Amino acid sequence: MIDLLEIRDLTVQFESDTGDIKAVDHINLTIRRGEVVGLVGESGSGKSVTSVAILRLIRRPGRVTSGTITFDGVDLASLTEEAMRQVRGAKIALVSQSPRTALNPVIPIGRQISRLFQLHAGLPAEQAKKRMLEMLALVRIPDAEKRAKQYAHQLSGGMCQRVMIAMALATSPQLLLADEPTTGLDVSIAARILDLLRELGARTGAAILFITHDLGVVAEICDRVVVMHAGQVVESAPVRTLFNNPAHPYTRALVRSIPRIDRDVAMEPIPGSVPSLLNPPPGCRYVERCDWATERCRQSRPPLLEVAADHLVACYGYEERRGAC
Amino acid sequence: MSILPIAPISVPPSLVWRRIRRNPLSFTALCVIIAIALIALFAPLVAPYPPDATDAGSALQSVSWQHWLGTDLYGRDQLSRIIYAARVDLSVAFAATAAAVAIGALLGAVVGYRGGWVDNIAMRAVDAVMAFPAFVLAMGITAAMGNSTGNVALAISITQIPAYLRLIRGEMLRVREMEYADAARTVGNPAWRIVLVHLLPNCLPPLIVQATLAMGFALLTMASLSFIGLGIQPPQSEWGVMTAEGASQIVTGEWWLFLFPGLAIMITVLAFNLVGDGLRDFLDPRMRGIR
Amino acid sequence: MALVEVRDLQMHFPLGGLDSLLSRLHGRPEPVVRAVESVSFDVASGETLALVGESGCGKSTVARCLLRLLDPTGGSIRYDGAEIASLDARSLVPLRRDIQMVFQDPTASLNPRLSARRMIEEALMLHTRLTAAERRERVDELLEEVDLGRGLGDRYPHELSGGQRQRVNIARAIATHPRFVVLDEPTSALDVSLRSRAILLLEKLRDRLGLSYLFISHDLATVKYLAGRVAVMYLGSIVEVAATRELFAKPLHPYTRALLAAVPVPDPDAKRDPFALSGEIPSPMDNVVGCKLRGRCPLAQAVCAQPVPLREVTPGRLVACHLA
Repeated sequence: MIDLLEIRDLTVQFESDTGDIKAVDHINLTIRRGEVVGLVGESGSGKSVTSVAILRLIRRPGRVTSGTITFDGVDLASLTEEAMRQVRGAKIALVSQSPRTALNPVIPIGRQISRLFQLHAGLPAEQAKKRMLEMLALVRIPDAEKRAKQYAHQLSGGMCQRVMIAMALATSPQLLLADEPTTGLDVSIAARILDLLRELGARTGAAILFITHDLGVVAEICDRVVVMHAGQVVESAPVRTLFNNPAHPYTRALVRSIPRIDRDVAMEPIPGSVPSLLNPPPGCRYVERCDWATERCRQSRPPLLEVAADHLVACYGYEERRGAC
Repeated sequence: MSILPIAPISVPPSLVWRRIRRNPLSFTALCVIIAIALIALFAPLVAPYPPDATDAGSALQSVSWQHWLGTDLYGRDQLSRIIYAARVDLSVAFAATAAAVAIGALLGAVVGYRGGWVDNIAMRAVDAVMAFPAFVLAMGITAAMGNSTGNVALAISITQIPAYLRLIRGEMLRVREMEYADAARTVGNPAWRIVLVHLLPNCLPPLIVQATLAMGFALLTMASLSFIGLGIQPPQSEWGVMTAEGASQIVTGEWWLFLFPGLAIMITVLAFNLVGDGLRDFLDPRMRGIR
Repeated sequence: MALVEVRDLQMHFPLGGLDSLLSRLHGRPEPVVRAVESVSFDVASGETLALVGESGCGKSTVARCLLRLLDPTGGSIRYDGAEIASLDARSLVPLRRDIQMVFQDPTASLNPRLSARRMIEEALMLHTRLTAAERRERVDELLEEVDLGRGLGDRYPHELSGGQRQRVNIARAIATHPRFVVLDEPTSALDVSLRSRAILLLEKLRDRLGLSYLFISHDLATVKYLAGRVAVMYLGSIVEVAATRELFAKPLHPYTRALLAAVPVPDPDAKRDPFALSGEIPSPMDNVVGCKLRGRCPLAQAVCAQPVPLREVTPGRLVACHLA
């Protein structure tokens, strides 16, 4: 069975007054059908840019300078803009941060959802409204009839996010891109949104690319995790493997740096800071912050190799030490 | 949430230059204004004749090599008059705008920061003044106070003050809610320092753009007042006066008397507008970092 | 006597508008938002008290009242024995040396037109008589203290990363050697991986400079690390107070329990406590009699319709729940 989404050698660059910024640098990423993949990294790691690239929405000053994105067997770059628009919103949907600002403030939320049914499924108004109410029930918004007539500012943050999820799932997409959907929401609300996403993903069979900087969230909802650092993918593993046996030094540092509520371990901040993406060094971008750094790491970029079942790591240091174990 | 990656380094001055070059039209306009200003400043060196030198023998001559822009009824060289008039026009426009900006911004800052009934009264006053078309108001003030250069500057100033007051007040309302205003308060800043040091500098960008555009309008108002006989009177050299004089001569066919002063007004006002537009783009933080 | 003593603090915001006007004309009480309702707590010298809760609970409002950015509508705040809740602006100035705040949004709380150095220096200019050279030296010291390095002092906020901006905020807060610092969600705007650095810095400063903290946060993991005692707020009132260890080991109030159960844990095999509240946080304008959690609490009984006081169940442990 072919993968749902396959990203090969993708590079996205941004022009700026000071030079070209390589926000995403020759990355590989795959998502299988129905899978929940977490894309983890600090701010500036390129994770959001990746999701925008999948939707083919990179605009000036950014541009895609290499690589292919294949969705359901189709190379997305080969589609016309009209065809791409059929994909966006219908086959690949997006749920992002700040749901209240993503909703149109002057249209009642019910109409925003039913419009999608009218537009993409060609349904007449009455039927669209029925489907809309079904969607609101699916995302567990109580009092759906009344809420449908309300405007975005009358709903709480958590409710707005549910509406966004309803809009995203309205067209039964195969892939849902969730870009920090729970950041900024209260803890208890966020927990419920996560539960909802997990359940709906399983129910509709949609794959989810969950983008976040919070490893706690990743542990709750993801099947597989991809770790990015400064525009490069450094590790990809099933979720348990990632937490129990992290291979890449960055992943390990990331796990150690999180304040935890369940264990009494000391927190260790990650040394250094994210390197500038302007004229980056030719090799591994973690080299300035890494304990294992060698000259080889500085000069050439370690390839992403499969070190165990479904576990890929891009690190010379790990390869060497693994041989020794 | 922006997806533009932030490169945490400073922008060197050479890039400022690059950004300026991005807008060739505005840049040209800026050069034009600087040129006009320099010509006005060095008028005695640049003008071929003294502006008031009459020469009955050469009266009403069209464009020629001795008189590039022709002569008027009294034989005065038009080019020289236009050059000297630039001094009056530019300086009055600048003075009026500068005064309006200073007064309007200060009042707007105080009113915006305080809020409450002070704000209410100020806004109703602004509404009242702005209810008059600016030109009609300027006419009224000039007519009431007498025709002199100073009064013209005053009249134009008064018509512009409400706009700046409202602009800065609006910005102040936005900016006083910012967290750095709270931070300034917690550190112990007295109110006047918060307004002057912290808040007002952050209100300035739209003000600068507005002021530049308004210079053009000030110039136009001044010239228009003179054209209808208020404000600056002949024989003073001023573009509006000259255009008025030229207008009366059109029927007898002396087109150069009307055209060139009018062109001078048009080019200068257009240049100010273009510079203002370019400034707006230049100061827009979102345009930073984009080639 | 504790360094900071807050008793029955109350902050009501009148709604204004037509409803308010009509109510006043009819002689009825005006509709108000009860942001903070009868909150009392102490912060001892050298202690870190955490104030946790979700949006609308009033914790930020409490912070602003303590800093006198807002004027409380009732109650008392004593700092070092002196009443400060009703002081006028002029009398507050000397206090600004002693009580400082680190703000939540590191970007919004820095003036975009001032360099880091200028902002840190400002407190020194206002409260001390140091010469320019002395101030410069002190700012350099502070920059080193917060691990920023002197070189970054001349940078503007847009030239600094989020973590660096937050450190400028911290440097500004400790510039005048305050004794009491209110930390208003100091790490919420930072990536999870950067939070540890910020928390460790705050811990180091606390131990070195003998600071007392009121640590306001909804990030329970950082609270567990930094705070000695925790007070949990819900809809304007405190519902539980306990030593950190005890609170996390055995929460007594249902809200605390639900909050702890909702925190995501970076361990895929961890068992989650399924305890959860139903519904959404109600509006702080509704005037509810009895326990405010009643509509959402799975353990609610008839007795919960009665007003519930905050009582001490064991020494140092307070709960506002009929069933605890």
